[in-house]
Amino acid sequence: MADERPTTHACPMSRAQVVDAYFMEHRARLLDVAAFLDRVDRAGAGADDFRMQAFRLAVDVLRDGRPERARRILELLSDPSTEPIAKAGMKGATGAHDASAAPKGGA
Amino acid sequence: MMYIDPHVHMVSRSTDDYVRMARAGCCAITEPAFWAGYDRSSPQGFFDYFRQLTEFEPRRAAQYGIRHHAWLCINPKEAEDPVFAREVIGLIPGFLERQNVLGIGEIGLNKNSRNELEILEAHLQLANDRDLLVLVHTPHLEDKLKGTRLILDAIRRFPRLDPGRVLVDHVEEHTAKLVLDRGFWCGMTLYPDTKCTPQRAVDIIECYGAERIWMNSAGDWGHSDPLAVPKAQMEMRRRGHLESLVEQVTFRNPERFLSQSGRFSAAPLRPTAPDVTR
Repeated sequence: MADERPTTHACPMSRAQVVDAYFMEHRARLLDVAAFLDRVDRAGAGADDFRMQAFRLAVDVLRDGRPERARRILELLSDPSTEPIAKAGMKGATGAHDASAAPKGGA
Repeated sequence: MMYIDPHVHMVSRSTDDYVRMARAGCCAITEPAFWAGYDRSSPQGFFDYFRQLTEFEPRRAAQYGIRHHAWLCINPKEAEDPVFAREVIGLIPGFLERQNVLGIGEIGLNKNSRNELEILEAHLQLANDRDLLVLVHTPHLEDKLKGTRLILDAIRRFPRLDPGRVLVDHVEEHTAKLVLDRGFWCGMTLYPDTKCTPQRAVDIIECYGAERIWMNSAGDWGHSDPLAVPKAQMEMRRRGHLESLVEQVTFRNPERFLSQSGRFSAAPLRPTAPDVTR
């Protein structure tokens, strides 16, 4: 039987080439994240809302040394429930799941 | 290299965008029906929108040598009123014979509500009954993973819908494999903030292959970039990927999926003169 696994296309660049190509722009993005966290702190005392709580957990994923960081961060930010909600209360999305305010599934 | 942008909302874009897309190699586009940024006040508003998608916009695109195709539906953001939504769905059959209509889209879910799901299933029934191609919108941000699962389960309840004739759009790292493993096509939307960047889209191709996958700009009235597909082509070349792979993802794959409609063409089109009598 033929192997039906998809053909993947590994990045043709070496590890050093990837770093050469992408380090500077991601250095800039890293500083953007750092500056954002500083900005939040400077804005005054207060508890993190659900978005910032998720954000800080996502930052931890960056440092855990395990693969598929992008997928795992997206899952961390996702609504984990499985049933349709009774009614859409808004059209937009906030970027992180708010467990405390989430409408319950069912009627 | 010519490319196809298989998901772009040109009714929200300027003629300058058509010029820039044509110069970058865009030869064909497909435009799904979507939310205007406000709720239409009557089903008649959709009748007029469907006319725009099937009459005016193809003429406008042709002036820049771009072939325009359309998908019809009521989008999930306006599906919370099922009575209203079913009236709009009732208008669709009257437009299905128009030459640039490829199928039903972009249908799907937004906040994953029961009413949205009911209207998604009504659209799927229409596609099922008439053997139409389907273009699926998956929800935004934190709602995407749950919504994608609900959508895939809903499609499975229509056994006549061949997964090879359904494209599930806006996949990211956490949903691409779900979609591909069930035999569907998947689309990656290249957005500056809220979906895939060109870099991440190329990462996904490197991880999951290029067999049933395309990239689109989904350019609309929000923060978006109608030149995102040629920018992703540049990203693939930057990494050293073969031109044949670039062509596969940005031209041959969308051509292969869309040609199943019997209506799609990416053949070169000489720019037409504007109709000054209109």
